[in-house]
Amino acid sequence: MTESGTLELRAVEKTFAVDDADVRALADVSFTVRAGEFVSIVGPSGCGKSTLLRLVAGLETPDAGELIFDGALVSGPSLRRGIVFQDHRLFPWLTVEANVALGLLKSAESERSKLDAARRYLALVGLSGFEKAYPHQLSGGMAQRASIARSLAARPQILLLDEPLGALDSLTRGQMQAELLRLWQHEGVTMLMVTHDVSEAVYLSDRIVVMDSNPGRVRDIVTVDAPKPRARHDAIVAALTEQLVDRLETVVR
Amino acid sequence: MIRTARAPRIDWRAYVVPLGCVLLWVWAASTGRWNPHLLVPPQQLAIGFAQSARNPELWLALGTSLARLAAGFLLGSIAGIAVGVAVGCSRFAERLITPSLDSVRQVALFAWIPLLTAWFGDGDAAKVILIALAAFFPAALNAQSGCRQAPAALLEVGRVLEFDALTRLRRIILPSARPSIAAGLQIALTSAWIGTIGAEYLIDQGAGLGVFLASARMDNRMDVVIVCIVLLGFTGCALSALVRWVFQKGAPVRGVVLVDD
Repeated sequence: MTESGTLELRAVEKTFAVDDADVRALADVSFTVRAGEFVSIVGPSGCGKSTLLRLVAGLETPDAGELIFDGALVSGPSLRRGIVFQDHRLFPWLTVEANVALGLLKSAESERSKLDAARRYLALVGLSGFEKAYPHQLSGGMAQRASIARSLAARPQILLLDEPLGALDSLTRGQMQAELLRLWQHEGVTMLMVTHDVSEAVYLSDRIVVMDSNPGRVRDIVTVDAPKPRARHDAIVAALTEQLVDRLETVVR
Repeated sequence: MIRTARAPRIDWRAYVVPLGCVLLWVWAASTGRWNPHLLVPPQQLAIGFAQSARNPELWLALGTSLARLAAGFLLGSIAGIAVGVAVGCSRFAERLITPSLDSVRQVALFAWIPLLTAWFGDGDAAKVILIALAAFFPAALNAQSGCRQAPAALLEVGRVLEFDALTRLRRIILPSARPSIAAGLQIALTSAWIGTIGAEYLIDQGAGLGVFLASARMDNRMDVVIVCIVLLGFTGCALSALVRWVFQKGAPVRGVVLVDD
C-alpha cells in the first residue's frame, strides 16, 4: 500500500519543565495509524494526549523517539498534517469564507478558484449561506464547522482533532459527531482525534488508543469491530463503551 | 437579537463646573478689582470672537498650523508604527532599539528645540521634526504593545498553515494590533498638535496659530489669546474625532448575533 496518510510513532518521549520540576508528559509512546483510518486517543486528563497531537502537528518536538509521517520524519508543522483545536481559532477580523481561504493561501490557484474552493468546503460542513458572516456571529458548533472546513481546505493527508467537540453542548455534539463521520467518509482523510468522551470515540473510531497518566503512555489499543455508521444503542457499541469507561476508571484510581 | 448602541448622553452635572467658572469670571470682571487687560470681561471677549472670526490672518494661521501638523504627524506616526512593529515582532530589534528609545523618550519634547533650531534653523524643518518627534513615541509604543499581544493561538494556526514571516505579519500580527495602533495614533495626533503649537510659540518665527498666540500675548490682547485657546481646543477635539471615525469605519460590523444551529 502506498496510500498517503500513514503515521508511525516510535518510542516518543516528551518532558516539560514545570516550576523547576520535570514532568514526563509522554513515555515510550509507540503506535501506528494506517492511511484512511479513524483513530481516537482517550485517557484521563494529564495523560499527555493533547501533547501527543501537538507533536504530530509539529508544534512541539519530541525529546526522544521519532514520528514518521508517510515515510518522512516530522520536523515541524506542515499543511499535510492539519489540526483542529478545541477552540475554533478563527480570525475574528475575517469573514467565514476568508477564514476558510486561509487554508489555501499557499496553494498556487487563482484567487477566484480559492474562493470557490472555500465555499465548497463551507457547503461540505453545512455552512452555506454563512460565507459573509463573522466568527462572532456564529454559534459554537458553527464556528467549529468553519474551523474544520479551514483545515480540510488545505487538503491534509491527516486531520488531527484536539477535542474538537469538547466545548459544545451535548445536542450539538451528537450532530457534529455524525458530521465528522460523514466528512471522514467523504474526504477519505486519515483522522486522529483526542477526546475525553469514550462514547464519542467508540461511535467514530476504527481503533482507540487508551492512555495512562503519570507518565503518559499507551495502555491498550482497542479495535472497534462494528460497521459505520453505528447506532449509539447498538449492543457492541454500548458494551465496548461501558468496558472502556470501566477501564479508564481503574486507571484513575 | 440586534443590539443598537445608544448615543451617549451628557449628564447635566458635566455642565456645573464650566458654568460655575463662567459665572465666577463674570462676577470677578464686574467688580472691576482685576485688571481688565489680564482678566478680559466677557463682553469684550465676545467682541474679540466676532473680530477674530472675521480676521483672515487667524484662519491663515490655523491653516498653516494644520498643514505643519499633517506633515509632522505623517512623518512621525509612520516612522513610529514602523519602528514599533519591528520592535514588537522581533526580539532582536527589541534588544537593539528599545533601551535607546526608552532613554530618548525621557527627554522633554521642547528640550529638543535648541538643538533642532541649531541644526535646522528656525524654519519649517525644525518645527516639523519636533512635531514628528511628538507623534513618534505614542505611535511606536502602542504599535509595539499591539504586536506583542498577537494571540498565541492564532500564531499557532499560522504555523500550521505554513505562513511565512510576511504573511504572519499581514494576516495575524497587524490585524490584531490594529486597535492598539489606532489608539496610539489618536494619542500621537493629540501629542503632535501640542507639539505644533508649542514649536510655533517657542520658536516664534513664520506663520501659525502658535505664532499668532505669541504675538497676541505680546500685544497684550488677552481676548485674542483666549480666542486662540478655544480654537486650539476645538481643533484638537475635531482631530481626535476624525481619527476615531476613520478607524471605526474600517472595522468589521458588529451587533447581529445569530441563534444557535
